[in-house]
Amino acid sequence: MSAVISRTVHQNTLGDANWVRQSLIFTALSFLILFLCVPLVLVIFQAFAKGFDAYASALTQKDMLAAMRLTLFTALITVPLNTVFGVAAAWAITRFEFRGKSLLITLIDLPFSVSPVISGLIFVLVFGTQGWMGEWLLEHDIKIIFAVPGIVLATIFITFPFVARQLIPLMQEMGSEEEEASLSLGASGWQMFFKITLPNIKWALLYGVLLCNARAMGEFGAVSVVSGHIRSLTNTLPLHVEVSYNEYDSVSAFAGASVLAALAVVTLILKTFLEWKQKNDRATASL
Amino acid sequence: MSIVLSNISKNFGDFSALHDIDLEIPEGELVALLGPSGCGKTTLLRIIAGLEQTDKGKILLNGEDKTDFHVSQRGIGFVFQHYALFRHMTVFDNVAFGMRVKDKKVRPSEAEITRKTHALLELVQLDWLHNRFPDQLSGGQRQRIALARALAVEPSVLLLDEPFGALDASVRKDLRQWLRSLHHELNVTSIFVTHDQEEAMEVASQVVVLNKGRIEQQGSPAEIYDHPANVFVSKFIGQTNEFTLSHFTADWLKQTGLYVNENFAPETVAHVRPHDIEITKATNETPVTLKDWQHLGALIRIELVKNLPHQTPKSVFAEMPNAQFKSLQLNRGDNVDLKIRHAHWFN
Repeated sequence: MSAVISRTVHQNTLGDANWVRQSLIFTALSFLILFLCVPLVLVIFQAFAKGFDAYASALTQKDMLAAMRLTLFTALITVPLNTVFGVAAAWAITRFEFRGKSLLITLIDLPFSVSPVISGLIFVLVFGTQGWMGEWLLEHDIKIIFAVPGIVLATIFITFPFVARQLIPLMQEMGSEEEEASLSLGASGWQMFFKITLPNIKWALLYGVLLCNARAMGEFGAVSVVSGHIRSLTNTLPLHVEVSYNEYDSVSAFAGASVLAALAVVTLILKTFLEWKQKNDRATASL
Repeated sequence: MSIVLSNISKNFGDFSALHDIDLEIPEGELVALLGPSGCGKTTLLRIIAGLEQTDKGKILLNGEDKTDFHVSQRGIGFVFQHYALFRHMTVFDNVAFGMRVKDKKVRPSEAEITRKTHALLELVQLDWLHNRFPDQLSGGQRQRIALARALAVEPSVLLLDEPFGALDASVRKDLRQWLRSLHHELNVTSIFVTHDQEEAMEVASQVVVLNKGRIEQQGSPAEIYDHPANVFVSKFIGQTNEFTLSHFTADWLKQTGLYVNENFAPETVAHVRPHDIEITKATNETPVTLKDWQHLGALIRIELVKNLPHQTPKSVFAEMPNAQFKSLQLNRGDNVDLKIRHAHWFN
């Protein structure tokens, strides 16, 4: 009750300057339309500029299909790995006390704070022919840079933080009492995880997985450095868009872009749903 | 099942939470671990449960060394302070959890689990709530479900962490009585942690007073109240008036009718419970005046001011039944005579 009162009071004090509110809303909306909606419409417009047939054939082109396959393949490896890693990291950070914990938290955030291009370059420095492990890799005939393993590695690095970042605050807030209770009732560690922990974190986990997936499929900078842009071999979908565009194949470029845009829209819808679900769960839990 | 703790110590970094704890709890007792916050009582409970590891010492349950046993293998039931009910499960599933996670070989059939769960829910008088989720229950209901859930695994020891801490005063009163009678019925050795001395006295058959990681005293509520082992226990268990002995104070105490050893050691203190002080209206000047009084229901707490020569005035509290106080017809500022029936002496 008191929260309701204070909120209305708050609104009144802030609502005094009507023109402030309106101009703020107007500014935000115009930015949104100018920089998000217009480009999105343009992408679709350009993709269909030469008719639906041209669009369809651009999408079924051999190079395009190969790029899509590689993108899916990369995401398929990256997302499960980072899900496991994210849960493990969140568990370690929220359930144990150990030396170097804050260092681990900082390290998890590293991919967010480093420019993706730098991340890519690091991999080139380590695994490239001139790099630290270059000679050894050459001797054993293992190709990482300018090949699929390099793309996967770079993507894993870039999408490292998403799952852990979603889980850590939630698991901190939840505390470990329920887990301890399950143990005291005779549950094993796995039973505890699958019957108690997982149901409680599932929406946040899915949310993290979704963001991780979106980034894995859309990553450009780091992948661009390690890929080498070999058509049909090391071009992911975002790279293929760039290559096509540079070659003035605008229908192909925008067709690829439209697929990525569609992915983004689907991600947004799912994200909103998961956010709602999470909020709902927590709201009922705090009743 | 009996519990024996020998030499338990626990440090958190530089902080010594428990220090050489030796404790024996006979089978079937309902024991309160009582102490101020930060005295190590919850840590001790968690060590018995296996939720915390002891740095040294041994834990014997029914004569068996369980020190290195995992919490899931100790055969204990633990009720958490905030209940820790599984929020994504119904009340029924919460209570059934302990039976369902058992090894296939020893797991009861689903029909048996259902029967037993309902029986437990009836025991805590909440079977009608079996379809609800924890967030749809009141605090008292959650507490009882948490208890039913802990009992479902037929623990040989029941451990409760501040079982009434998060409840309203009225609900707390009811649940105390209920827990006592439930223990009477089940007769499972139980330990509960509390910082509320009244609660410990009312519910427990044995009270263990802890302070700064050490046991100050163990005994029945009557023993602890009537024969406190030291100043800390005396002050912590119920209200008390403390008099540090000087010659003036000793003389005054003698005048109130108390026997005072002539050769008292320096630093000797006398602790007097408020209900061991009787007051009557004085006919002449006395060093004690009546300052104020408060109603505590059946009793009246009377605040007196003791004004001895060469001493700063000091408040003394006395308690007596309402009717008796009324018949004295005292007013604020009146001089009163004191009669002290009994004191505990400490040096």
